This record gives sequence, C-alpha cells and structure tokens, in this order.
Amino acid sequence: MASVVSLHPRVPLWRDVRVLSALGQAIFVVVIIIVGAFLYGNVRAALQRQGLVTGFDFMRAPAGFNIGDGPAFEPSESYARAFTIGVINTLRVIGLGIVLATLLGLVAGVARLSSNWLVAKIAAVYVQIIRNTPLLLQLFFWFFAVILKLPNVRNSITLPGPIYTNVRGIYVPWATPTETFGAWRNALIVGVIVAGLVWLGIARWERRTGRVGFAPLYALAAFALMAVVSWFVLPSAPLTPDVPTLRGLNYRGGARMSPEYAALLFGLVFYTGAFIAEIVRAGIQAVSKGQVEAARALGLRPLLVLRLVVFPQALRVIIPPLTSQYLNLAKNSSLAVAIGYPDLFSIGGTIFNQTGHALEIISLIMLSYLTMSLTTSLLLNIYNRRVRLVER
Amino acid sequence: MTAVAAPETLKPPRTSVGVLGWLRQNLFSTWYNALLTIVTLWALYALLRPALTWMLTTARWEVVADNLRLFMVGQYPADQVSRIWLCVYVLGGLAGSSWGTWGARFRTFAVAIGSAGLFLALLPFSLDIRLRWLGLGVAVAAGLVVGRLPWPVWLRRVIIAAWLLYFPFVLLLVRGLERVGALPRVNTNLWGGLLLTFLLAIVGITFSFPFGVLLALGRRSHLPVIRGFCTLYIEVIRGVPLVSVLYMASIMLPLFLPEQIRVDRVVRAMIGFVMFIAAYVAEDVRGGLQAVPRGQYEAAGALGLSGPLVMGLVVLPQALRAVIPSLVGQFISLFKDTSLVAIISLFDLLNIGQSVLANPAYLGLHREVYVFLAALYWVFSYAMAYAARRLEVALGVGER
Repeated sequence: MASVVSLHPRVPLWRDVRVLSALGQAIFVVVIIIVGAFLYGNVRAALQRQGLVTGFDFMRAPAGFNIGDGPAFEPSESYARAFTIGVINTLRVIGLGIVLATLLGLVAGVARLSSNWLVAKIAAVYVQIIRNTPLLLQLFFWFFAVILKLPNVRNSITLPGPIYTNVRGIYVPWATPTETFGAWRNALIVGVIVAGLVWLGIARWERRTGRVGFAPLYALAAFALMAVVSWFVLPSAPLTPDVPTLRGLNYRGGARMSPEYAALLFGLVFYTGAFIAEIVRAGIQAVSKGQVEAARALGLRPLLVLRLVVFPQALRVIIPPLTSQYLNLAKNSSLAVAIGYPDLFSIGGTIFNQTGHALEIISLIMLSYLTMSLTTSLLLNIYNRRVRLVER
Repeated sequence: MTAVAAPETLKPPRTSVGVLGWLRQNLFSTWYNALLTIVTLWALYALLRPALTWMLTTARWEVVADNLRLFMVGQYPADQVSRIWLCVYVLGGLAGSSWGTWGARFRTFAVAIGSAGLFLALLPFSLDIRLRWLGLGVAVAAGLVVGRLPWPVWLRRVIIAAWLLYFPFVLLLVRGLERVGALPRVNTNLWGGLLLTFLLAIVGITFSFPFGVLLALGRRSHLPVIRGFCTLYIEVIRGVPLVSVLYMASIMLPLFLPEQIRVDRVVRAMIGFVMFIAAYVAEDVRGGLQAVPRGQYEAAGALGLSGPLVMGLVVLPQALRAVIPSLVGQFISLFKDTSLVAIISLFDLLNIGQSVLANPAYLGLHREVYVFLAALYWVFSYAMAYAARRLEVALGVGER
C-alpha cells in the first residue's frame, strides 16, 4: 500500500490529553476561586455586621493585661509586644523540651534493649503508658495533681543544689553577670571558633590517615581551656553565683520555673521522650546483626562498635522520624493554653477575646507555627542529607 | 544388636537453668548489671509503695463511682440511655456473628468484647447495670449462634454491609430524628463523656478518609495546579497544631458561612478534626501509593485500562490494603486527640473530668479522676493498637 500511516494520528480535541488536563486544571481553578470568593464575601459581611475593620493596626494598641511568665511585660505595652513575648515563651519551652526529650528518649530507647530484664521492662511500661494516654490528660496530671500538690513555700522540698521546689515554682541556683561578663563572653565566642577549627583539623587528619582522632573530645577540651583560662585571666569573676534564699514569704534570687512552665515542660518531655524512645529502639534494631559481628571480627572494641558502626547507621533510620517528633513537640506546646502558660497560642487567644480580630489572630498564630515547623524541618533535612546513605 | 546404654549425661549446673539461671542471665550477668538491678529495685520500691498505699487506702474512688454515668455519656438524657446500650449490643452481635462466619480472624475481637461485658457484669454496680452488661455477653453469644447457622454465602455480604452501616446507624440512633416519637432528637450539646470521644473519633476518621485519598491522589497528580494545591493544603495543615485548627473551626466557621446557616459546636469540632486528619491520612495513603510497584501501572496500562481504571481497579486497592494498619494508628491518635476539644469547651471524657473536679464535693481529687481517665484511655488505645498489630500480620503487609 502506498498510503503512509502517520505516526501521530490526529486526535480529536476532546480526547487530547493536553487539552483535557489544561481544561481540568482551569475548571479546578475556577471552582477554587468561586468557593474562595463565596467564603471571602461571607467573612466581609460578617465582619461588617460586627463593625470590625480588617488589618493589623489594632496590634499597636496597649494590651492592658499582664503576662505571668517570661520576659518583663507592662500592660501599657502593645498587643504586638505581648504576642512577641508569647512567641518567646513558646520557644523557651520548645528549646529546653527538645533537648530533654531527646536525652530521655535516648536513655529509654537504649534501656528497652538492655540485657537487664528489669530495666527493659520498666522502660517498656513507661513507653506503653505514655503513648496510650492523651497528652492533655498528662499535662493536667502534671499541673493539677503533681505541681499544685507540692508543699507551700515554708515546707519546700530541698533538692541538692540547692533546688527549692514548692507550689509557687521550682527555684534553681543561677548566675548573675558582673561587669567583666562582656569580655568573658567574647572569649567564649573565640573559644567556639577555636573548637570548630580543632574539630575540622582533626577530621581532616582522620580522613588522611584513616585513624580515629576523637575530634569532638579535643574540640570540647579546647573550648573548656579557653573558658577556664579567660575566667582566671580577667580581673574579677565574670559571673557570681545567685542562690535562691527564703526572704519573707517567698524565695528570692536564682532562676524560677513557674508551675505552668514546669508542668508543660515535664508533660511534653515525658510524652515526646516515649515516642523518641521507640524511634531510637527501632533505629538500633534496624542495624543488622552482621554489621556488629563484622565489626567485632575486625577487632573493634564494643564501645567503638557502637560509635563507629551501629550509631552512624542507626542515625539514618532515626533522623527522619525524629524530625517529626520535634515538630510534634513544637506543635503540642500549644496545649499550654489549657494550663494557663502564656505561650503564643494562649496570648493570641487573649488578644482575640479582647479585640475580636479572629482572622488576623488566627493567621498570625498559624503563620508563627508554620515558620517554626518549616525552619525546623529545613534544618533537619539538611542534616539528614549529610548522614543519609549515598547510593550509587 | 546389643542395646546401647544411653551415655550418662551431666546435668547442667544449677546456676544456669531454672529460676536461678534466669535470674543470673537476665538480672545479675555482670557486676554493673547487678548494681543496676539493685538500684532499680530500690527505686521501684520507693515509688510503688506510696502509690499502692494511696491507691488502696487514701484514694477516694467514690468520685468515679458517683459520676460514672457522666463519664460515660455526659449529659445525655437518662431516659434515652438505652439507645446507647442498643449501639453496644449491636456491636457485640456483629462481632459474634463475624466470629461465627469467618472463624478465627474475629475470635479475639469477639471474645474480648464478650468477656469485657461479663467482667463488667461482675463488678459491684447496681443490679440493673450489671444485667445490662450481661446483655453484651449474651449479644455476642447470640451473634455467634446466628453466624454459625448454615447460611448461604450471601450472609457474609449482609454482615459486611452491616459493619459498613454500623457507624451511620450509631450516629442516627444517638442523634435521633425530629419527627419520630420513639426516637426524639437529642441535641448535640448534651452529648458528652466517652460517647462524645468515640463519636468524634469515628466521624473524624470516616469522613477524613475520602478526603485524604483525594488529597493523596491530587498530590501525585501530573497536573501542576492540582498537585500544588493539594501539597499546599497538606503541608500547611501538618505544620500547625491541632488546637489552632479546632479553634479556627469553632471561631471562624460561622464567619465563613452565610448568616442563616448555623452549625452547632460539636459539628464544628468534627469539621475541624476532618480538615486536620485528612492531611495526615493523605500522607499515609501517599505512602501506600508509592509502595505499589511501577510494574502494576504498566501492566494495567498494557491491558488497555484507562488512567482512572488503572487507579481504581489496580493501584488503589493495593495501596489502601497497605495503609490499613497506619489508618488504625491514625484512629488511635485521633482517639487521644479528641481530648483537645476541652479547649473549645466541649464536654468529652477529659473535660467531664475537669467539670467533675470543679464540683466542690470532689475538691482536690485530681489524682483519682486522672488515674481513672488515664486507665480508660489506655485500655481502649492499647486494645486498638493490639488489634492493629494483629491486622498487620493478618494482611501480611510488607511480606508480599
């Protein structure tokens, strides 16, 4: 036959995939726009009925309420400042919470794999109880049934330190900076840089010679040396200890952890710690037995096996779920509102109750959490890329 | 042939078998393990002794006993509570008949429900309540008998349909109807306690499932607009706390809707949960979709199936089967997260606890109430987690 079969037969318009997909997306966009316009119109109408003007101008007005925790705040300061303090309070909980939860999770996760039956069972019971009850219930328990049942100021529980624990909060010794503190701080910054250089140098030497150099140890030693030497070189000590003492009806001095902060911190740490424990356990169990046996056969000592063979491989399994646990901790810190800790969510709620600007406040709250979540996951993703298995 | 006498074997040393051997191997294998054991035992004693003493002597458990009905159903009208019992019985009957029909796969589930009923019937409640709990055991047994009868095969379909219809049935029964005298409408403001907790969780997971599947498909779509929209939705929702979504649903929803439409508070909370959980379900389903090998798409395409048919007949069934366990996990965490409705002042199990504690008659009994609530949440979550693990084994996820 002479006729040539075309390789691209003419497809009718209504069956052309490109046309169909473009059309489908166009319809989708139109539907979204219509729904959006409908909702926007309703919101506008509702706001007009309430006589509210949309916009963030109200944030400049004086707040008129007190904040019981965190940086100093006067009721005459603006709503914007109040919200900022909420953000700071949230970050205070998240920062310490992540560190403590990671430590607790590591200990509990390793304990679950312990060859000691009793220790393994206790860790398992801890994990099972915490994971199967709601966080809010645990927060209530810590706040109402533990912290608020502590003795009053006169009968404070004294822990070594001295740390005083009573119903008004937990008082720990702290340090007050003196006039030479600025110089010492600069010395510390130099110390960090020196430690970093030492670390990098040893790491390069390790790569060149193939030996184990304990880079973190030497880096830490360099930093400690810098800190100690500069402390004694300076004319007076840069920090003086500030021990809480009972004066009148309350303890003064030292650093105080408010009952709300303590309850929130304990609740979040114990809750997230249980989840991290399971992640750590799964990570360690994911390293195949052959790896350990091979490392032992090469003559590595047990601790080195853990440090050089098991842990780097377990880390790859651990990091991604750990990221989501950190994010969960950050998001769960919003439950502070239930026990009256002034975090960003609860201050946002107060501002909403006073001003009625629902739209603005909720967008601010969501934006703050989104920023925190996205930053955390970005940082941990970068770290994850570094430890990830490089596949050929 | 001469019989060979069995060679005389030495018994293993007494310290390496039996109780002593176990102790030595598991608790005292090295000196630091022994030290660890002793320190742990001491700490355990120091902690458990006061706890047990409190639990058995000082604790005033009457706060739980007096308010049991509040904890279970909240303010639900007392003369209508039998509707809730009916829901429980139907569940027992369904479990029993599934056991009768399918056998071992449902046995643990049905036995657990039946024995829970019998166990509760033994507790010192009033005679009326005990008889009602006994009824649960009877319902399971009756279901079992019915399931064992030599029914034709289509009965299985009836039971499956009954399972699917069970949740709508429960909702209808609990809510009641406007014009039916025997089933007067119970306002959602009166729902509370464990009942509300379960209803929120069930509604949340049921309605978020289709949305989640759609979002997952959208996120894997080749169309940039749809993919972008779905990705944005999922990432935004997963980046904010549940409380803020609930808060938004309870405050903003009335603003977003026309003035004449009023949505009551429980429904608003349900909408919030559905919006929130859908994003998480979508990520689970996406994981399932990614687990379906490319060859499946290609083979289905080679057979001449169109895109939607490949998805609906070949890919989705496999993907959904793989995500059932993680959906159960999602349900468990939702079950716990329903406690957050306390913040938007709905009276779920936890908030009922708070309101009982606000009663001057029960001042300062926080520990009793919280321990009871924790036990209740724990039993349900743990049972569901256990069921999820069994399901994972039964479905053979990760083995095919």
